Amino acid sequence: MRGRPGLITSYRRDIALFRTGTQRFWMVVLLVVAAWLPLWMPNDWLVPAAISLFAAIGAIGLNLVTGYAGQVSLGHAFFLGVGAYVAAALSTETGPGTRGLLAFGFDMIIWLPLAGLIAALLGVIVAPVALRLKGLYLAFVTLGLVFLGTHLFQSWKELTGGAGVGRRAAELNLLGYRLDKDGEVFGLFLTDTQKIYFLGFVLLIVMALVAKNLARSRIGRAFAAIRDRDIAAEIMGIDLTRYKVIAFGVSSFYAGIAGALLYTVTGFLEPTSFNLTLSVFYVAMVLIGGVATISGSIMGAVFVTMLPRLIDFAAEYLPYDPATGPLNTGQLEAIMFGLLIVFFLIFEPLGLYGLWIRVRNYWKAWPFSY
Amino acid sequence: MSQFLQATVNGLSLAAVYALIAVGFVVIYKSTQVLSFAQPALVVTGAYFVAYFGFTLGWNFWVALGLAVLIAIGVGLTVERAALRPMIGKPVFSVAILTIGLDVAIRTVINDLIGVDFLGVGSPWLGQWDWGGAFIRHAQVATIVITIVLVIAVMAFFQYSRLGLAMRAAAFDQEVALAQGISVAVVFAVAWGMAGGLAAVAGMLIGTGFAGVSAGTAFVALKALPAIVVGGIDSLPGALVGSLIVGMAEAYAATYQAGNFDFLGASFSQVVPWLVMFVVLLVRPYGLFGTKEVERV
Repeated sequence: MRGRPGLITSYRRDIALFRTGTQRFWMVVLLVVAAWLPLWMPNDWLVPAAISLFAAIGAIGLNLVTGYAGQVSLGHAFFLGVGAYVAAALSTETGPGTRGLLAFGFDMIIWLPLAGLIAALLGVIVAPVALRLKGLYLAFVTLGLVFLGTHLFQSWKELTGGAGVGRRAAELNLLGYRLDKDGEVFGLFLTDTQKIYFLGFVLLIVMALVAKNLARSRIGRAFAAIRDRDIAAEIMGIDLTRYKVIAFGVSSFYAGIAGALLYTVTGFLEPTSFNLTLSVFYVAMVLIGGVATISGSIMGAVFVTMLPRLIDFAAEYLPYDPATGPLNTGQLEAIMFGLLIVFFLIFEPLGLYGLWIRVRNYWKAWPFSY
Repeated sequence: MSQFLQATVNGLSLAAVYALIAVGFVVIYKSTQVLSFAQPALVVTGAYFVAYFGFTLGWNFWVALGLAVLIAIGVGLTVERAALRPMIGKPVFSVAILTIGLDVAIRTVINDLIGVDFLGVGSPWLGQWDWGGAFIRHAQVATIVITIVLVIAVMAFFQYSRLGLAMRAAAFDQEVALAQGISVAVVFAVAWGMAGGLAAVAGMLIGTGFAGVSAGTAFVALKALPAIVVGGIDSLPGALVGSLIVGMAEAYAATYQAGNFDFLGASFSQVVPWLVMFVVLLVRPYGLFGTKEVERV
């Protein structure tokens, strides 16, 4: 076996987390690098990096429901918003400083799971709609969900502070230990952003492993069967109701967790940010990263979240300066997004994951790679 | 009573705008099986160029409108040829997401051109009639009349012209249409061009309202989506009926919600189209007039 890593002789090996020792080796290298980067990264890179870790959790969630189970959802922004507001309301210290906003002052050990669970509950409520509607009509309904959600967030001022005002994001108070304050951890001085980065890092590893294992279990196979042909899946004895509810529930749970933590990096929440554009960002992450792959979701999320920073960085070396030119960074970013979605769909439907497979295969067969 | 009349006229003119966008959408969907989320981009493109030629440059309104329609048709044709032709045969959802990408890209450029200002469109319909307390703006009547004329023209085109017949054939079965010597490529191009032109007119009509042309014009266009779904995405009469239902519901909600149902929140009427869509889809999963998909395993 040792010399023939491509030879797979059992189903168990086919679905293994790491098919080869090489993969395992590089994964360890990647994790070490990812854990070492924040220690020296400047803050303007670290902030988007930390955000991208939480975004990756959200993207995994969307990939589970849309990529694996094939249930098109444009409503991810709504579930992110639910998570964000549940977390913010539950975690904010009760007291005179709340400006009449809902505040309960719970610990993170309580509000983080609750943010996920409440979002999941709403996902489960939406799921039956997916039983009745298919494909494009489902996309429309989830799209409508985003609009209703934005309206709800804007109107419910006790929860969200209202449009244009907003409120502070969740407080990271884990068992009395503040993750959003500078301080020493195991004799190492870390800034607040570094701490949040490591929180996201650990959480992402756990959530990605759970998702990967879900995807290669009975449930994941049922998802794939439903995606490929729902009628055939039903004939094979897959309970459509059950699995669609699971898909939406788990996906929304991930979105809830991601939403709860996403805004802790910047510390501020605004109700109008949970709009269609945010949903499109997540769809873009899934498409650019790779549909129905966990590693792809992470790559896509990192890529999409880091894109504005990359554009800024590239602009220093280009004759075009976004600060003075007709299009600013935000607009360039939006145009890049649009065109990247188009580009990947036309030329590389498997996304970054597909590019990686191509590069790998090229070098595998090198120098006979034609 | 005057309040009711006012709401009805508002609803009708709103429905008219939705209908123009919806017809373009359905034409694209029927002839190319593409669900186009790029309509809002075409709408703002048209609206912006009418405002640019007619208001900023101060040209004759009709010349401005004609040029804007031509530009929007051009954008529609370019989008079809450059981005959607390579996607023929790909999953419907991928193509739909692709149109969202296009929409984001095009809209960003146009929004940058519009800037933060509200532009007028320089339309000749500025006055209003006072009907016993209900103020009916000339622009609203113009909206309704223009829409009726255009919709009849589109229907007549499909019913009586040779190309219209070809498009109906292609919508029915592309391969069989090809075998009869119909150029499906031309059909695709005409569908997108037509949708672009209608969207430009719709954009101009939105611009005649109080808000003028702004980055927010695209959001009005987005509300045409529930109208299409209510009618069923592959039915032309459905698009009209759906627009009417959604437009009227929105206008009545805007008029009667304040004071009666304040707990629903400010600008609740903006989400009424989506609520109507939910209700209709739960009862009829393929919209009011949509064809039920027959699936083979």
